[in-house]
Amino acid sequence: MSNLTIKNLKKSYADTEILKGINLDIKDHEFVVFVGPSGCGKSTLLRTIAGLEEATSGNIYLDEREITDVAPAKRDLAMVFQTYALYPHMTVRKNMSFALELAGTNKSEIETKVNEAARILELQPLLDRKPKELSGGQRQRVAIGRSIVRHPKVFLFDEPLSNLDAALRVQMRLELARLHHDLNATMIYVTHDQIEAMTLADKVVVLNQGHIEQVGTPMELYHRPANQFVAGFMGMPKMSFLPGQIIAGDNSGLQVQLASGSKLEVPVRAEGLTKGSTITLGIRPEHIQVTDQQEGRFKGRLDVTEHLGSDTFCYVQTSAKETLTVRTPGDFSGRFGDTVGLNFDAAHCHLFGSDGRSLERIQSNF
Amino acid sequence: MSLSTVETLSSRTTGSQDASIVSIAKKNARVSRYMVSPSVLVLLLWMIVPLSMTIYFSLIRYNLLYPGENEFVGFENYEFFLTDEGFFAGMGNTLLLVGFTLLITVVLGVLISVLVNKAFWGRGIVRVMLISPFFIMPTVNALVWKNLLLHPVSGVFAAVWTFFGAEPIDWFTHYPLTAIIMIVSWQWLPFAILILMTALQSLDQEQQEAARLDGAGPWALFYHITLPHLARPIAVVVMIETIFLLSIFAEIFTTTGGGPGYETTNLAYLIYSQALLQFDVGLASAGGLIAVLLANIAAFFLVRMIGKNLTEA
Repeated sequence: MSNLTIKNLKKSYADTEILKGINLDIKDHEFVVFVGPSGCGKSTLLRTIAGLEEATSGNIYLDEREITDVAPAKRDLAMVFQTYALYPHMTVRKNMSFALELAGTNKSEIETKVNEAARILELQPLLDRKPKELSGGQRQRVAIGRSIVRHPKVFLFDEPLSNLDAALRVQMRLELARLHHDLNATMIYVTHDQIEAMTLADKVVVLNQGHIEQVGTPMELYHRPANQFVAGFMGMPKMSFLPGQIIAGDNSGLQVQLASGSKLEVPVRAEGLTKGSTITLGIRPEHIQVTDQQEGRFKGRLDVTEHLGSDTFCYVQTSAKETLTVRTPGDFSGRFGDTVGLNFDAAHCHLFGSDGRSLERIQSNF
Repeated sequence: MSLSTVETLSSRTTGSQDASIVSIAKKNARVSRYMVSPSVLVLLLWMIVPLSMTIYFSLIRYNLLYPGENEFVGFENYEFFLTDEGFFAGMGNTLLLVGFTLLITVVLGVLISVLVNKAFWGRGIVRVMLISPFFIMPTVNALVWKNLLLHPVSGVFAAVWTFFGAEPIDWFTHYPLTAIIMIVSWQWLPFAILILMTALQSLDQEQQEAARLDGAGPWALFYHITLPHLARPIAVVVMIETIFLLSIFAEIFTTTGGGPGYETTNLAYLIYSQALLQFDVGLASAGGLIAVLLANIAAFFLVRMIGKNLTEA
C-alpha cells in the first residue's frame, strides 16, 4: 500500500510564500502529474514531499505514517532528477547499488536487486560503464534504475525528460508509461509539458501560484476545466477566449452576446447570474470550423497560418479585434488577409464568470 | 577526407593552379617560420646558455677562492657532491619538507574548503582571509613566524605556552624542520583552499540531494560524493605544490640558515651554500644538475600516478 496524503501544506522562503496550502490525496498505484507554468511551485511541492525542502506548516502522511519531519532517506520515496544526478565516479552498477550499500543490505541481495532493475530497464550490457560513457536516454534509465532497486513506496520524478531531445523524449515517455504499468507503483511526476501530463497521468494536478487550480483525470481537465486558467493551460494550441455579456437565461441555458455582436445560447446553468453581467466564452481550436464567408457565425480575417502537415492552425481576427485559434485540416489553403467565416457548436463552448470560474454545464455529453 | 580523395581533387586542378597553390603554401610556411623565430631563438638562448654553462662548470674545477685554476676534472664534482655528508641530509629534508607540507595542506585544505562551502554570515571575508597568506612574500612570512610567532621569548606561541604554565619551546633549536614545515604549510595552505574551494562550487547540487535520498549522512556524503569530486583538484594541488616545494629556499635562508647542522638543509639550500658560502661553483653546478635529475624522476612518478587521473574524463 502507498497512499500519500498532503494536508494544508505551506512553504515560504523568507517573505515569499511558494506553496499556499496544498491539500491532496494520492492513491495507491496512481500516476499523478503536477503541471503548471514556471514558478507555480510544482517542483517545490515535489521536493517538500521528498524531504529536500522543509515544510513551513502542514502535514504529509504516507499510509497513516506522518513523514513531514522524517529524513529524506527514511521516507520510503525515491526521486529521479532532471539532470539525472548520477554519481560520475561510480559505474552504473555502483550507482544503482549505492543506496542499498549505505543501508547495509547484504551482497547477494544487492546483486539480485540490481540485476532485476537492470533487466527491467535493459541496462545489463551497461552495468560496468561509467555515466559519462552513456547517452542521455541511458543515463535517464540508470537514474530510474537507481530508484527502482530501493523498492520505494512512491517514485518522484522531477521533470525527468526535459534534458532529452524531442525524439528521445517521446520514446522515454512511452517507456515510463510501460514502467508504471509493469511496476504497478505509485508515481508522482512534475512537468511543465502538458503533453506529458495528458499522456502519462491517471490524475493531473494543475498548480498555479502556489495553489491547486484543479485535480482530475486528463479528460476531465480537457472537457470540464474548473476555471479559465485550467482551460487556457490545457490544450494545444490554447483555447480562445472571447468577452461577452449575458442577455437572458433560462433552464436550457444562457443567451450570450459577444463583442462582435453575434448571439448564441450555451447550455450552462444560469443560477446566480444577472442579466448584463460580463462573462468570458472559451472555445477550443478543434471545435471551430472555417466556412464560407456568408455561412459563418463570425467573419474574420486570416492572420498567420501554421502548416503542420497533419493540421493547419489558423489565427483569425474578428471585426471586434478578438483573436481566435482554429484547427483546420492539413490541406487548408487560406492565405494571409483572406476573409473567412467561422462556425462552432455552442455545446462545445465554455463560459467563465467574471471571477474566472467555469459555469456548470447542464448536460454533459463528454 | 582520405588522402586519396585529396590527391584526386588536386590532380583535377590544372597544372599552373597547382603550382601556384603549392608556392603560396610554401611562402606562407616560410613567412610564419620567420615570424615565430625571434621568440624561439630567445627561448632557446634562455634555456641552452645557462644549461650548457652549468654543464661546463660542473666538469671543471671552479672555485672562486682559487681564480685561474679552471682545469677539467671530469665527474669529480659529481662524486664530491654525492658523497658530501650534506647530500643525504638534504635529500631527506627535501622529501620530509615536501611530504609533510603536502599532507598538511591537502588534508587541512579539504576540511577548510568543505567548511567554508556552507553558507554562513561573513563567509566572503573569511574566504579572503583564508586566501591572504598566499600574497605574503616568503621572506616576510618567514620573518613574521620567526620573530612574532615562534620566538621563544617574545613569540605568540611562547605566550600561549606560558599562559598554560608550560615551558616555551625554542622551535628553531629543538624542532627546526617542524618549524619550517609549519611556515611553508601556512604559506601554501591558501593555494590548496583556493583550488579546492573553487572545485567544490562546481559540485552538482542534485547529486548531493540524490545521495541524501539514497541515505547518505554528512560523513557518507563527504566520503562518497565530495572526496571523489575533489580527486582531480587534489591531484592538481599535489603536482603544482610539489614543483614549488622542491625548491623552497627563502624560508630556510631567513630562519635557520640550513641549521642547526644540516637539519633544515634541503637540496636547494645545499647548492646555495656550496656556491656562495663555500665559493665552489663547480660543485654547486654538479649539485644543480643532480637536483634537476632528481626533480625529473619525481615528476615522472607524479605524472604516472596523478597525470592519469587528470587526463581521464
